[in-house]
Amino acid sequence: MIADALFQGQLIVLLGAVLLCVKPLGTYIADVLDGSATRVLGAGRRFEGLIYRSCGIDESRDMGWREYATGLLLLNVLGAVVLYLLQRWQGLLPLNPQHFDAVSADSSFNTAISFVTNTNWQGYAGESSMGYLVQMTGLAVQNFLSAATGIAVAVALTRGFSRHSRAAIGNVWVDLTRSTLYVLLPLSLMLGIVLASQGVIQNFSGYQEVTTVEATVYQQPRLDPTGRPVRDATGNPLTEAATTWTQTLPMGPIASQEAIKELGTNGGGFLNANSAHPFENPTAFTNLLEMFAILLIPFALTYTFGRMVGDTRQGWALLAAMLVLLVVLANVAYYAERGPSPLLNREGVDQLASALQPGGNMEGKESRFGISGSALFASVTTATSCGAVNSMHDSLMPLGGFVPLFLMQLGELAPGGVGTGLYSILMFAILGVFIAGLMIGRTPEYIGKKIEALEMKLASVFILTTPFVALLGTAVAVSAAAGRAGVGNPGPHGFTEILYAFTSAANNNGSAFGGLSANTVFYNVSTAIAMFVARFWPIVAALAIAGSLAAKKRVPVTEGTMPTHGPLFVALLLGSILLVGVLTYVPALALGPVVEHFKLAALR
Amino acid sequence: MWVRMLRPSISFLGVMTVLLGLCYPAAMAALAMGLFPHAAHGSLVFRDGHAIGSSLIGQSFTGAGYFWGRPSATSPQPFNGMASGGSNLGPLNPALADAVRANVRALRDADPGEHRPVPVELATASASGLDPDLSVAGVAYQVPRVARARGLSQEALQAIVDAHTRSRLFGFVGERTVNVLEINLALDSMSRVR
Repeated sequence: MIADALFQGQLIVLLGAVLLCVKPLGTYIADVLDGSATRVLGAGRRFEGLIYRSCGIDESRDMGWREYATGLLLLNVLGAVVLYLLQRWQGLLPLNPQHFDAVSADSSFNTAISFVTNTNWQGYAGESSMGYLVQMTGLAVQNFLSAATGIAVAVALTRGFSRHSRAAIGNVWVDLTRSTLYVLLPLSLMLGIVLASQGVIQNFSGYQEVTTVEATVYQQPRLDPTGRPVRDATGNPLTEAATTWTQTLPMGPIASQEAIKELGTNGGGFLNANSAHPFENPTAFTNLLEMFAILLIPFALTYTFGRMVGDTRQGWALLAAMLVLLVVLANVAYYAERGPSPLLNREGVDQLASALQPGGNMEGKESRFGISGSALFASVTTATSCGAVNSMHDSLMPLGGFVPLFLMQLGELAPGGVGTGLYSILMFAILGVFIAGLMIGRTPEYIGKKIEALEMKLASVFILTTPFVALLGTAVAVSAAAGRAGVGNPGPHGFTEILYAFTSAANNNGSAFGGLSANTVFYNVSTAIAMFVARFWPIVAALAIAGSLAAKKRVPVTEGTMPTHGPLFVALLLGSILLVGVLTYVPALALGPVVEHFKLAALR
Repeated sequence: MWVRMLRPSISFLGVMTVLLGLCYPAAMAALAMGLFPHAAHGSLVFRDGHAIGSSLIGQSFTGAGYFWGRPSATSPQPFNGMASGGSNLGPLNPALADAVRANVRALRDADPGEHRPVPVELATASASGLDPDLSVAGVAYQVPRVARARGLSQEALQAIVDAHTRSRLFGFVGERTVNVLEINLALDSMSRVR
């Protein structure tokens, strides 16, 4: 099949391009963050020093894990407060040409937590609620800072392995500043300008009204003089015919935001349709570029890890495990989506792939991306913590929707979010060596450090927090009338919408089965709590492990040391990830996408 | 400890907000508007001096003499630029079958003599509701109807379609598509709807 070959070709080119950048970018990030990239750091020295001086930061201070964690938490809580206030005071602030009023309290709270936690779950529609000032100084700033937070935690944990007999893990302000100034900002500038060349807009104009070629005739709800919908005797809202010759095109500084949205694995779109919107993702080329940008830093950080601990093979082993999961699940998504839908077989629709069309399940997909570019994007965005979407996941086939759901449930580590992917997979590496240690009867070790009771407890807390939050949230929502009221599709698909929402929130992904009406007090508050707990509780656990490991002596490598860079370890790591993910989520998955798959198959 | 760290936190957030929230987008705007002014402002298309749309944003076409684009699930009207989004109907939802049936019927009504199966992109709603493109199959299906409405031969119309068909990037990335607004404007510039 030609279409299948095109998909595999696109997958190979995407991953090939990313892999080519892993070593150079990974080296660069490591050298910038440990201070050995003297040329770059020398050039930025004066500006960097200015930031430290103006903020009263002592950059030479080496912090213990408690101080490091306190700084991170303070910055993030403050960021959430500022973002909340920016939305609430939007009506009074400048750079708001559409004069959008204040966002509601519950929606502002949800969005503030959502962007600070790198989730970027969107209950609001950007083009009809957020002015440019809120988008730029609120949302985009948190896009940078939440990604920098991820890098900082990943590097601090790496120092836990690379240092010894010293209970300090670095300076949180220096790590945040350098990740932002030398990594995220220059990459965003480069990506943004390429996106702008392809049609992603960047301006501060008011929305553009155009007169369309043909008139659009449509039905709209009939309203009484007070603005309430008029209903007939049976309670159904009445509609009336309307005609319009105008189309309003949203404007705004999108290219700058789009770039960090992908590079920082944030995923919060400037516009409601996110990366499906032609102003955010206008061509097949930008689509490929955006997927590349999403995967770039998370994969490169595995090399950063290997370099910082002095054995790059350790980083490649982590990368290999990530790659296996991503390639296998992206293929599942593609083959689920390209097949004809039995539901549409009776409707006289041609769903077969040919030289003239991609065919397959095109509901909720864009023509320029087809099945390949959509299935691949859905996998990439959930294998990381990005959550940008270029197709509507709610309209994916049952197994096509299973893939993004399951990729999130595995803990988003294939390759995961910026920084979060690395520290998440390191937790499973710790779990893996622990299981292996039990089998062979030795104290587990990883990268020259003994893994003892404290580390295992903290790693367990880290690994179990997310599924606990995701499943508890789902259980509460399906039990509460307010939770069930949001469901947009009947049957098992409705359950999957709720499961997907809390899985996405708890894993700080941000993609959604959008049929769920989530801009309600119930969902705004419950998902915000899920996002916050599942972001910062694991971060504190990871930093505590970093502090504990850094203080330990280094264990010399002996004949009895289990190597953690070969295929055996990769298999062990994959086994631990799948064991936890599958055991935790199979019952919930069985009630959702699995049942739906068999119901759909029965239509054939 | 946390009180002592409050000042650096507040100052750091302030400095970063100015740098990342104001300087960065302003610099990007200066670059984008300087280098790619047409794209930076939305790739607008003008006819007789008036903005008639954007080549990146689809429009609603329902006349027999125009190529129709992807069905749009935006509300209240299709192709509503202020409310981008898809239908979000699940694969087993009866409402999805209803919507597809309605789209197929509209095409059949516009061309009762046409009995080929309808290409899936003409029957299903796009993700953004603003999809500007259509597969080659979706365009080919409409060639007989548009040719008849405009008094063109199918061969002449097919030549215009071929000239507007975009190939895949590097030969394998993306899909072969036709921009619906652009081809309709090209048709208007050379022929009238009868």
